[in-house]
Amino acid sequence: MGGGAILRYSLHRLAILLVVVFFLFPIFWIALMSLQTNESILRIPPSMVFTPIFDNYQALITGKLITQAGSLDLPFMKNLFNSFFLSAASVAVALILGVPAAYAFARFKFRLGENIAFTLLSFRFAPPLLVLLPLSLIYQTIGLDNSYVGLIWVYQLICLPLILWVVRSYFEDISPEIEHAYRIAGHNWGQSFLRIAIPLARPGIAAAGLLAFIFAWNNFVFALILASADKQPVTVGALAFVTASGIQYGQIAAAIILSILPTLLLALYAQRYLVEGLSLGAVKG
Amino acid sequence: MRQGAAKIFGKFMPRLDTSPQTRQRPPIMQRALPYFLSLPALMVCIGILVPFFIAVSYSLMRYRLNLPHLKGFNWFANYLDFATDAAFWHTLWVSLVYAVLSVGFELLLGLGIALLLQKPTRMNNFVSIILLLPLMTAPALAALMWKLMTNPNFGILSYLVSLLGFTDFKWASDPSSALFTVLLVDIWVYTPFIMILLLAGLRALPKQPFEASALDNVPASFVFFRITLPMLMPYIITATLFRLLDSIQQFDIIYAMTQGGPGNSLVVFQVQAYLEFFQYTNVGRSAALMVILWAITYGLSHLFIKQWLRLRERASGLA
Repeated sequence: MGGGAILRYSLHRLAILLVVVFFLFPIFWIALMSLQTNESILRIPPSMVFTPIFDNYQALITGKLITQAGSLDLPFMKNLFNSFFLSAASVAVALILGVPAAYAFARFKFRLGENIAFTLLSFRFAPPLLVLLPLSLIYQTIGLDNSYVGLIWVYQLICLPLILWVVRSYFEDISPEIEHAYRIAGHNWGQSFLRIAIPLARPGIAAAGLLAFIFAWNNFVFALILASADKQPVTVGALAFVTASGIQYGQIAAAIILSILPTLLLALYAQRYLVEGLSLGAVKG
Repeated sequence: MRQGAAKIFGKFMPRLDTSPQTRQRPPIMQRALPYFLSLPALMVCIGILVPFFIAVSYSLMRYRLNLPHLKGFNWFANYLDFATDAAFWHTLWVSLVYAVLSVGFELLLGLGIALLLQKPTRMNNFVSIILLLPLMTAPALAALMWKLMTNPNFGILSYLVSLLGFTDFKWASDPSSALFTVLLVDIWVYTPFIMILLLAGLRALPKQPFEASALDNVPASFVFFRITLPMLMPYIITATLFRLLDSIQQFDIIYAMTQGGPGNSLVVFQVQAYLEFFQYTNVGRSAALMVILWAITYGLSHLFIKQWLRLRERASGLA
């Protein structure tokens, strides 16, 4: 290697390093904050040398913050439960509704199918508040405001288009010949759907489900408008935390870490499918 | 009729169907099957279209939650009011500036990072995966993280810029730097989106033109502007339109960071509609704002879907 090549190589590595620092430093720094006392967070200059403590996590998990001024209830575990429950239930509903529809759209070309598929896709790009604001008034009239059912219903706006389009592209990639052969052997349509089509499309279904879970988890505006404190997921709950009195910065940081950890782990687990899911099946990774 | 059924069933009809003993039309159950399977999805569509049309009708009404007895159609009065309302033009301006600046920076940065990581080495693959973590962080929580880092008392970024001489930089709480701060969060969250799509695009490009130009010692800048960039264009356009559609509707980051403030410096469409609804209880005006935003995104989404379908066909052709 000549001098120019070595220089170019080092610059290339340095650029990558800077990029990694910019994108990972915030997560790293908040994780450090979550392990510190308020006094150590407020030190100037900030330092990475401190004795880690787990009091912040303990306060969140037990739901009680004990200070000299008295004890304070932290409803954070309830928010965490709501996030899990709302995301999992929404994805389950979206899979039950979406997988058969995706199959129908992939195998039978019919006008109504294309219309539904594209209408759902256009919902993905419509401003959520357009639907949410009238929906908040409707929900109040029909008694669905601040209910899990009402929230899971609107979460379909996030989950269903994603599952429909990603799973559809998986079904389209499977040759129908296999199903033909299976049906000629005397099996009915339902058996070929359940025993042939679904198992072959399983990676796509799993990937779309995981991504839908992540997007449902990360959603903020639906629950901000439609849910009160006891039904709120972590995204809305953490915001309320910041303005609540008596809560310390270390606990806010710990709450953020607990809230982002599940989606980060899922994303690392499902990374092979992220590209395809993020582009709704248009780009294969 | 038989022709029609065969058309609907397309490739799914078993070939044996043309033999004499199975010449009848498929039973009604089987013809109804695709409709039956897509029925639940159709119901979700209808369930969402109902509030959509209600929103459109609200936008044509004088409707304030605090003055319910005045509720009634005033047709286009809400829209006509916007024409002379400086606050509306401010909202439109802030939304466009936010969308164009955020997507512009993300595109440049995302393209740059994708080029850095183009070679499919283990190390590059690993870096591209960990760079996705910000994208998987809830935008509202990302805004909170940056809020903690820019806190005037203990924020690490406030400390770092004070070392550079900006001892009183107020980040999101100063109207002159608020846009910069929320853009920074937006760039942090969404650059990986553009990066990962362009990286997939780069790696899917045919190899021959690059090998040929390497043999002929074609300068790198020529290769980039005349070969790489034009071939990557479908991916760039798709990623950009995708992001523009989301960015012009940004709510989470701005609301979690500043609630549209300080003052009215960051009242983009959805934040303004939220404030009109919950603070000023003016349902009609809020709905009219959302209908206008919807019209903007509808136009953009048509462009996007065309591009996206083209890429989709290409992707399944290559697979």
